[in-house]
Amino acid sequence: MKFSDEFEQRFAEMITHYPTKRSVLVPTLLYAQDEVGYVSDEVISELARRLALTQLEVRNVISYYSMLTTKPRGKYNVQVCTNIACMLRGGEEIFEHCQQKLGIGHKGTTADGLFSLEEVECIGGCSWAPAVQVNYDFHENITTEKMDSVLDEYRKKGTQ
Amino acid sequence: MAFLVSHPDEVKIVSKRFGLGATNIDRYLELDGYQAARKALTMQPDTITNEVKNSGLRGRGGAGFNTGLKWSFVPKQSSKPKYVLCNGDESEPGTCKDRLIFEHDPHSVIEGVMIAAFAVGARTGYIYIRGEYRYLSVIMQKALKDAYARGFLGKNIFGSGYDLDVYWHGGAGAYEVGEESALMESLEGKRGIPRIRPPFPAVVGLWGGPTVINNAETLASVPHIILRGADWYAGLGPAKNGGTRLFCLSGNLERPGVYELPMGYNLKKMIYDVGGGIPNGRKLKAVVPGGSSTPCLTADEIDVPMDFDSLTKAGSMLGSGGVVVLDDAACIVKFALRTMKFYRHESCGWCIPCREGTDWLEKTLMRFHAGGGIKKDIDNIQYLSENMLGRTFCPLGDAAAMPTIAFVKKFRKEFEDHLEGRACPFEKPGVIEQLPVLA
Repeated sequence: MKFSDEFEQRFAEMITHYPTKRSVLVPTLLYAQDEVGYVSDEVISELARRLALTQLEVRNVISYYSMLTTKPRGKYNVQVCTNIACMLRGGEEIFEHCQQKLGIGHKGTTADGLFSLEEVECIGGCSWAPAVQVNYDFHENITTEKMDSVLDEYRKKGTQ
Repeated sequence: MAFLVSHPDEVKIVSKRFGLGATNIDRYLELDGYQAARKALTMQPDTITNEVKNSGLRGRGGAGFNTGLKWSFVPKQSSKPKYVLCNGDESEPGTCKDRLIFEHDPHSVIEGVMIAAFAVGARTGYIYIRGEYRYLSVIMQKALKDAYARGFLGKNIFGSGYDLDVYWHGGAGAYEVGEESALMESLEGKRGIPRIRPPFPAVVGLWGGPTVINNAETLASVPHIILRGADWYAGLGPAKNGGTRLFCLSGNLERPGVYELPMGYNLKKMIYDVGGGIPNGRKLKAVVPGGSSTPCLTADEIDVPMDFDSLTKAGSMLGSGGVVVLDDAACIVKFALRTMKFYRHESCGWCIPCREGTDWLEKTLMRFHAGGGIKKDIDNIQYLSENMLGRTFCPLGDAAAMPTIAFVKKFRKEFEDHLEGRACPFEKPGVIEQLPVLA
């Protein structure tokens, strides 16, 4: 299967960093997911082949890491932290607000495929809580109004 | 980009380059960058280790083990290659300090890895950054590239004849990987399941070779110790607790933020003075002093110096420096439930006491918070937790049990207020679906 040149360049470089090939697996799965949108069967068989692993071994690793998914999801994955520090400052209300606004629940995807929603564990925004991550971008000190404008921004970006 | 704060009581060492553009290697060099690594290369390895040992620097990830002592466990001779591994899998709820270090001062971590490598004779180092921190791994990859371009990494560093490679590595979402043996498994491309110890990583680590594993903040502190000396660093904090710490203040505070304060700084002062106290005219109910795994302190227990030994004496732990403050509108049962939900989610399932314990505790607490609890459940929560302690490969089981025991012991009345069909006294009516009481 075809990955981007950037992916291939990074892969070729990273594989020289370790005494065993499979060491590149975890970060590589995440980069592959970023390109394909999820860890597809094709990605699994390709990485298994490259790293001389069985597909089962790759799947075993995937199921351990919470950022990896084998199911397609929205273009923008809205991850709302509701862990203790965020909970004390309204993280649950933000999550509830997103559910209503997007009309989907935890790990749901909107019909237009633009947004997915996820209630996540601590993302390291405790001192700037409540914190939200959309794909890899942090949005902090979130209020419901701010959340609305964040979602609007991505909607605009995604439908252009 | 994380927002920076400051307070006059701060002693800025690890954070001294924050906000000064030190991700740029030239700027870093202007700010004494790579001076410590240069100096360390002229020192004997044992001298470096002793200097770090005498500085009283203790692991900033949570365990608080003397860093120099940890390095000294690495055998001098080894048939297998030695490694240095920087733990940047920061995931303990309440903790957001390593993020700032990577964002503002990535070269200080690289320099720390270099010095650790010189001390133990390692030729390869890895800097592991959690998957969620993608923008930080981009910053780190650039920093490493710049360091190689200047000849600070690679072959014959600073003309010393010493070869050292340092690489970046990324996770993909797992709290447990912050535990050192699980971290190594993850770096080897596997599920992050803990290894049994002994043997400890210092003897048998990555690919079977001796491995030094230190937290990012620990390693970022090392260059400062090498440049300014062990005595200076040790003198900043109380005995055996050298230096400063990045304290992450969060929760119900007027001015949450990450502040660098000397070890031993008074917790009460930290909450009311540095953090600005409790907003909205509320009162303090409890503090989780060192990340979600540490037993809470009540409002009467906060007149305590924030160092490893004082917090242990107070029945808690300094942990990862995540100070989470709860006001009197917070429900302890709900807080305990959210904490347990996290540990249930993160338990890898390898050890039965942790896998089953976290699941049962979450279910019990959930029922409890929804009014479906009965009196003997309160003792059961404590009993179950106590039976998880020390019975797992990695400390995740303890991390789930320890705070729960403290919540039950210190806030028993709040648990009693939820009993037998009563709605949570802190929640608006109708918000939680009431569960039936199981007799």
